Amino acid sequence: MVGDSVDARPDAKNAPRVVMEATKVSRHFDVSRPWLARTLAGEGRLTLRAVDEVSFSIALGTTLALVGESGCGKSTVARLAVGLYAPTSGQILFEGVDLSAARAQPALRRRMNMIFQDPYASLNPRWRVRDIVAEPIRAFRLLQGSDVADRVAQLLTQVGLSPRDGEKFPHEFSGGQRQRVSIARALSSEPEFLVCDEPTSALDVSVQAQILNLMRDLQDRFHLSYLFISHNLSVVRHMADQLGVMYLGRIVEYGPGESIFAAPRHPYTRLLLEAIPDLSMSGKARAAVGGEVPSPINPPSGCPFHPRCPLANDRCVAERPAYTTSGDVLAACHAVEEGRDTPNGQRNLVRAA
Amino acid sequence: MPGSAAPTAASAVARFWDGDVAYAFRRSPVAIGSALVLLVLLTGAMLAPWIAPYNPFDLASLNLMDSNQPPAWAEAGTSAHLLGTESQGRDMLSTIMHGTRISFLVGAAAVVFAVGVGVGVGLLAGYAGGNTDAILMRMADVQLSFPAILIALLVNGVVRISVPQDRQEALQIYVVIFAIGISYWPQFARTVRGSTMVERGKEYIMAARVIGLSGPRIMLTHILPNVLGPVTVIGTLTLGLAMVTEATLSYLGVGLPPSQLSLGTLIRLGQDYLSSGEWWIAVFPGMALMAAVLSINLLGDWLRDALNPRLR
Amino acid sequence: MPLLEVRDLVVEFPGRRGTLRALDGVSFGIEPGEVLGVVGESGAGKSLTGAAIIGLLEPPGRIGGGRVLLDGKRIDGLPYDQLRRIRGRQIGAVFQDPLTTLNPLFTVGRQLVETMQTHLPLSDAQAQARAVQWLRDVGIPAPERRVDAYPHEFSGGMRQRVVIALALCAEPRLVIADEPTTALDVSIQAQVIALLKKLTREHGTAVMLVTHDMGVIAETADRVAVMYAGRIVEIGPVRDVIQRPSHPYTEGLMASIPSLDARMDRLRQIDGAMPRLTAIPPGCPYNPRCPKVFDRCLQDRPGLMPARGTQAACWLYDQAHAEAALA
Repeated sequence: MVGDSVDARPDAKNAPRVVMEATKVSRHFDVSRPWLARTLAGEGRLTLRAVDEVSFSIALGTTLALVGESGCGKSTVARLAVGLYAPTSGQILFEGVDLSAARAQPALRRRMNMIFQDPYASLNPRWRVRDIVAEPIRAFRLLQGSDVADRVAQLLTQVGLSPRDGEKFPHEFSGGQRQRVSIARALSSEPEFLVCDEPTSALDVSVQAQILNLMRDLQDRFHLSYLFISHNLSVVRHMADQLGVMYLGRIVEYGPGESIFAAPRHPYTRLLLEAIPDLSMSGKARAAVGGEVPSPINPPSGCPFHPRCPLANDRCVAERPAYTTSGDVLAACHAVEEGRDTPNGQRNLVRAA
Repeated sequence: MPGSAAPTAASAVARFWDGDVAYAFRRSPVAIGSALVLLVLLTGAMLAPWIAPYNPFDLASLNLMDSNQPPAWAEAGTSAHLLGTESQGRDMLSTIMHGTRISFLVGAAAVVFAVGVGVGVGLLAGYAGGNTDAILMRMADVQLSFPAILIALLVNGVVRISVPQDRQEALQIYVVIFAIGISYWPQFARTVRGSTMVERGKEYIMAARVIGLSGPRIMLTHILPNVLGPVTVIGTLTLGLAMVTEATLSYLGVGLPPSQLSLGTLIRLGQDYLSSGEWWIAVFPGMALMAAVLSINLLGDWLRDALNPRLR
Repeated sequence: MPLLEVRDLVVEFPGRRGTLRALDGVSFGIEPGEVLGVVGESGAGKSLTGAAIIGLLEPPGRIGGGRVLLDGKRIDGLPYDQLRRIRGRQIGAVFQDPLTTLNPLFTVGRQLVETMQTHLPLSDAQAQARAVQWLRDVGIPAPERRVDAYPHEFSGGMRQRVVIALALCAEPRLVIADEPTTALDVSIQAQVIALLKKLTREHGTAVMLVTHDMGVIAETADRVAVMYAGRIVEIGPVRDVIQRPSHPYTEGLMASIPSLDARMDRLRQIDGAMPRLTAIPPGCPYNPRCPKVFDRCLQDRPGLMPARGTQAACWLYDQAHAEAALA
């Protein structure tokens, strides 16, 4: 980065530094109806458990990907990680400091930033690109005067745009280019940690490839750590060092990406992988996954996946599973714990739709 | 707005002229027509102190002998007074020019006041949400249940009691501006509140919050530029409304003092002479007011359609 | 004879700066009962193609040339009345967002009944019974009760199933499905795609499946057309196009899809972006980004020509060029 950052960058000699550590973080939302309506209908309070005791840690320079379908809470985790929401319970440490304390100090707050999903809503349509990219620099008073313009030009070049693009307005750019501007903005405060909320989901496949390559390059170059949120397992495969599979607010499987893809343990992970269309067209019939994701306001008892799980038994309905270690992967599943799951080779786990 | 050197004025004008709105303007006869009428009225009105043929405020120059003369093209009219004179001998044309000037000034000031209050309240209510929003919007609702005229009467009454006689006339114009402005701010507040709530949910606001910008800074630098669009349209239409309201107040005697010769006052003065056939004293000010408000409304309507992306 | 035939279709948008050609000479056919995938990135024109066929182009867009033939008879440019009778009865449609496709004010059953009775001679009782049967066929549990439910009472995946029922209930010969699963979760996508496949095979309905997702195409389509900048650049059997693409764009597209099988160091990317409609280069529109570009590509626009199992709009497969290369 321009002039090396004042902070010392640790090398990987010692144990990798942990950029973020979350311990049993929960986030609940009160979605009760207004008091009058509620009382008249005889309803109690309704709580949406968007995130339910989630724990993870991100080592410096690596990517933790959280993958799941809609309603699994991954977007809420993204906002918790960057401090837009406060946890209802549990703790998040950023560089060893409690997150809310860290965010109160500008010196620490500028070390994290975020990239968003929608390239059209993530840039202020009335601002020029150079002002958009410069905003964090100005907010943190990192540079003055003409240094700001130089730095903006440098950032635009780093993300594959031209310095002259700074004069333009967002609507003059395509989706992929706007994401590049978003990335430039996120980098301008020289962060170490970026939360990426589905950054390529709204982009075409060929543009996605460009952006993912760019993100990997930037990570290598600047030693960035990513919390990468996505619903697309193929993208996640490409980006993740560590992987967390989420379902209804909980992490159901957690471990090195390669281990999980090679041998998924949790039935939900397996079914997610099954649901992906087979581009190699090996002719293997793909069995559809039955059921839909239940509402997070009223999750099923015990293990929330039991209504759709082919391995569910009575214990699964009654008791919430703890994490079982299987190799270097954690899985929250009674069947895994009891050894009832079949090895990866046999794909006879699916129940008909 | 942040940033270093803004684009030069010339390039901004060039960009505007080349833009879609200006293009639509050039192709709309209604827009061009109303703009021309408005331009003529505005020029005549604003430059009245310098270009009016006579000075109707100069009491010494008035000659009662000249009173109630019909317009130049009528039988008894003279070319000295193009639109005739009124009961005090004042030239109608000059009086109307000054009256229109006052109407524009009061109307514009009232709109500026309403926009200022309304945009401020709307931004705050939309961004803060919750109880702040509820309280502010209830205030707006209460405000809406009072018509401008009633407010003007109330404020008038208060001023009459509390302010010494000799200062009352000078203050009256501010009273009128305040009364009209305070009646029209809720509309701006509501629109801005709605737009603010839409913008607040967008990711670029989240990006600003992530880097820790304060609420007021986000409201002013990020949200405000994006919610001003509808304000322009409503402001234009409110200007016409404000001018009519001012004329109504003056007509009723609770607006501007007679010495300031607002169009409303003129109409009331002329009303008495209608039955005796001296129609021009009431009709010409009425026509001037109508022309001004109509052209403003037509332009405002056109502007709303031109700025609506879906209709393009 | 093909069920649907599109010949040299041109769709244009007259505007103040001239007329933009969004579709520039698109030609293809769909056989009865066949599933044709139309794939491309944003701005390629695939949704416009579907809209033009069914007569739902948003003004100022209009068909500027070419013809659309259903069973050999022209349907482009038909007056509103006749077009109305074709829609629903001959050609059904499934769009991306089920929330806006279904009328929130009417029950699901009412919408089905209304659609059926518009096109088929059915009594109220018959239509009602069929509506329940359709809901059962698309996999809605307890259809007798759900037939009186409102759209907002269904989840996203269920709603899309209802939309499919709605599209098929008048028994059309062709269904145009525009990104039917893009808004759905991946596990629901699989269900909905399987359903679409099953029902269309059962009823012999042809499908024009428009999507940007190659995976869905691989699973569902018999043939696929790849669109780029308002033209078809490759068309052929799905296996050939996906596994042995001829056109450099298709090749690049397939290569840039991250694979589930292995983590790569770098994804293969196509540099640059699809040209805007206002800035389409002369000759082949892909020439600025093509790794195999040569002189002719910059000057002449290629039409579809036979190429290794598919048809591709690429000069590499021109006879003369091939001969010259061998020489």
